[in-house]
Amino acid sequence: MEYIDIINAIVLLSNFVLLPAITYGSQLALAALGVTLIYAVLRFSNFAHGDLMSFGTMATILITWWLQSIGITGGILPTALIALPFGILATIILCLFIDRSVYKFYRKQKSVPVVFMIVSVGVMFTLNALVRFIIGPNDRKFFDGEKFIIKAIEFKNLTGLDEGLAIRSTQVITIVVAIVTMVLLFWFLQKSKTGKSMRAFSNNEDLALLSGINPDRVVLYTWIIVGALATIAGVLYGLDKSFKPYTYFSLVLPMFAAAIIGGVGSPIGAIVGGYIIGFSEVMLTYAYKKFLMYILPTNLEPSGLVQFLSTDYKFAISFIILVIVLIIRPTGIFKGKTL
Amino acid sequence: MIEKLRAPIAFLFMGLLLLSVGFGQSWSVALGIINLCLISAIMSLGVNIQWGYAGLFNAGIMGFVAIGGVSAVLVSHEPVQEAWSLGGFGLLTSLLVIVSGYILVLLIRKNLSSLLLRRIMITTISLLGLFIVLYFYKPAVSSIESINPAKTGFLGGLGLPIIYSWLVGGIFAGIVAFFIGKITLGLRSDYLAIATLGISEIVIAILKHEDWLSRGVKNVTGLSRPVPYEVDLQQADWFITLVSWINHQKISAILNLTDQQIYINQLIIDSSGLYVKICYALLFTVVLLIILAFSNRALNSPWGRMMRAIRDNEDAASAIGKNIFKQHLQVFIIGSAVVGIAGAMLTTLDGQFTPGSYQPLRFTFIVWIMVIVGGSGNNLGSIFGGFFVWFMWIEAEPLSIFIVHALTGGLDFDNVIRLHLIKSAPHLRLFLMGMILLLTMRFMPQGVIPETIKRT
Repeated sequence: MEYIDIINAIVLLSNFVLLPAITYGSQLALAALGVTLIYAVLRFSNFAHGDLMSFGTMATILITWWLQSIGITGGILPTALIALPFGILATIILCLFIDRSVYKFYRKQKSVPVVFMIVSVGVMFTLNALVRFIIGPNDRKFFDGEKFIIKAIEFKNLTGLDEGLAIRSTQVITIVVAIVTMVLLFWFLQKSKTGKSMRAFSNNEDLALLSGINPDRVVLYTWIIVGALATIAGVLYGLDKSFKPYTYFSLVLPMFAAAIIGGVGSPIGAIVGGYIIGFSEVMLTYAYKKFLMYILPTNLEPSGLVQFLSTDYKFAISFIILVIVLIIRPTGIFKGKTL
Repeated sequence: MIEKLRAPIAFLFMGLLLLSVGFGQSWSVALGIINLCLISAIMSLGVNIQWGYAGLFNAGIMGFVAIGGVSAVLVSHEPVQEAWSLGGFGLLTSLLVIVSGYILVLLIRKNLSSLLLRRIMITTISLLGLFIVLYFYKPAVSSIESINPAKTGFLGGLGLPIIYSWLVGGIFAGIVAFFIGKITLGLRSDYLAIATLGISEIVIAILKHEDWLSRGVKNVTGLSRPVPYEVDLQQADWFITLVSWINHQKISAILNLTDQQIYINQLIIDSSGLYVKICYALLFTVVLLIILAFSNRALNSPWGRMMRAIRDNEDAASAIGKNIFKQHLQVFIIGSAVVGIAGAMLTTLDGQFTPGSYQPLRFTFIVWIMVIVGGSGNNLGSIFGGFFVWFMWIEAEPLSIFIVHALTGGLDFDNVIRLHLIKSAPHLRLFLMGMILLLTMRFMPQGVIPETIKRT
């Protein structure tokens, strides 16, 4: 076996498994962070989070179109990145409006979490309708700018390898934006006064109130962060794939899966959970035949596709992992709160 | 006093709504809505048993509806002999291996005390079983799916009258609920909802992609009916006589003989459609009344009181010696079975099984809205909720188009905003559903017909 085969195998795997999985994992991690923050501070499972993402993305798309129409583009970068802050702002305003008009009432009543959850289903329906009403239910691509950082064929010519590595700019943008967002979020939660009060509130509400933390302020900041995270996650997902309201609605389950696997209420858990789901979805449905052909001796070549699960079940993988985690360790990896 | 009048007023209101559709749109539309209202009412009765009686948040309703649906196929479709002879052995062997493996694992768990040994044995048996199953299952499946894939490509069913599937659907859903319940019922509130939502998606994924069982996304169409076909009715003498007799005044008012014949023919075609829908409505009503009778009896029995006790205070109920998990499992199975029955009825009414059409919005969350709007814990309330919410779901579309037309009446005919609004109007039905749920939760958390507790 030659070393070139091993390099080929690694490139192959990076191209079809590593990069897509990291990208999807980052998107899920950002989304799951929103779910987990809501759970930590407001103490309910927000079924409307997928549709919140969908709303944020829609707002960003609309602003992108407007920017494009007046001639502003991002050059080699997608215009949506310029529109993103405005999209975030719109989503935050929506979040605060929903909180004032819907959730606040139940907080005052000290309702049980199930009531919040049912109400969030109502919000989910309303937001879903709103998005479909404004932008329609169809698939939309809003990516512009340079599509590839390096194309498969260029990589092949450059290195002389048999396998090409295509790096799409959306993948790099996703990873960079995700890392920056996560670092900022953790800095905020760990170092800033408001972040500390949020953590205190999440940990022990009574004690936090006793020590003079203003609960309204904590809730306000939570919604601001959640709105921003949801929009960023939604826009990154939409840039990388495409925007369709129904897809965003169905992202709720992988998101919950990520949050629960990591431990609901634990931000670091949400990130780890997101990557676990992302990697499992890609790794379990990838056919390893070609990879094995590179690294195994010729006489040991596999006859089948060497695929753990048919791609038909790609979407079900996150649910299967979720169910297994719920049975074995309902508190998740990082010991979130039990419900 | 007013509390007692709530149910009659609600149902009177509902009846008026349906009558107005009958007079305003057409009786065919009204009957179509009524049939689906009846099925929705049964679904929400099933969910009410779980949520209203016992406080279990099952967000996997869609899965049980689909299981009911697939049992309609398995009961009524003609068996595909060729598929059975080619792949039947392999599939039955796999099933046998799975069942015996399960029993073996149960025995080991019961009889072996050493934890380490137990784990090793169970892992070995599971892995071994998996390999044996894969060895038999894969070739069997590919041979079944290759038989005339355009028409069959699956095992088919038993070829029995489809009406049996209503019972079978309930039983299947109950069996699946047993396993799902065993896994998830230890979890509480939110987790239970998310886990059941996930499992129902897994159920749908299986039905979509295991073609040997259900033809998957290729759908099964042309299922047999428990009621007569329109074409046969239009040929039947008794039916023609009946229709002519009912309408004899109108018919004799037409003097020209050719016109009279044309009118009679049109009447017969219209009436045959109505007749079929009425037959379905009667069958569904019978099922609904039977389930309602059982539910009411259960609710007012010691069993029902125990369930409410568990719902309202688990710790207290557990302290007086009730096994919470066991009771939850029981009520989970019963409720899911009722939903399964409704699922089989739905597929019977449609005459086809389309796994792709099962979506959580339509089959899980709408049913939830029905139960909550109607009144959790009250059976009559659930039925009202089923009727009202389904009615709104259907009528929201014409209503929102009407509203949009009225609002944009002042704009130009080809105004961009007007055209966009008219095109998007159908999506307002989701908005309406969300608002109904939010407003109910805010101003009427007990629902339209609240739970009544008899104190003795």
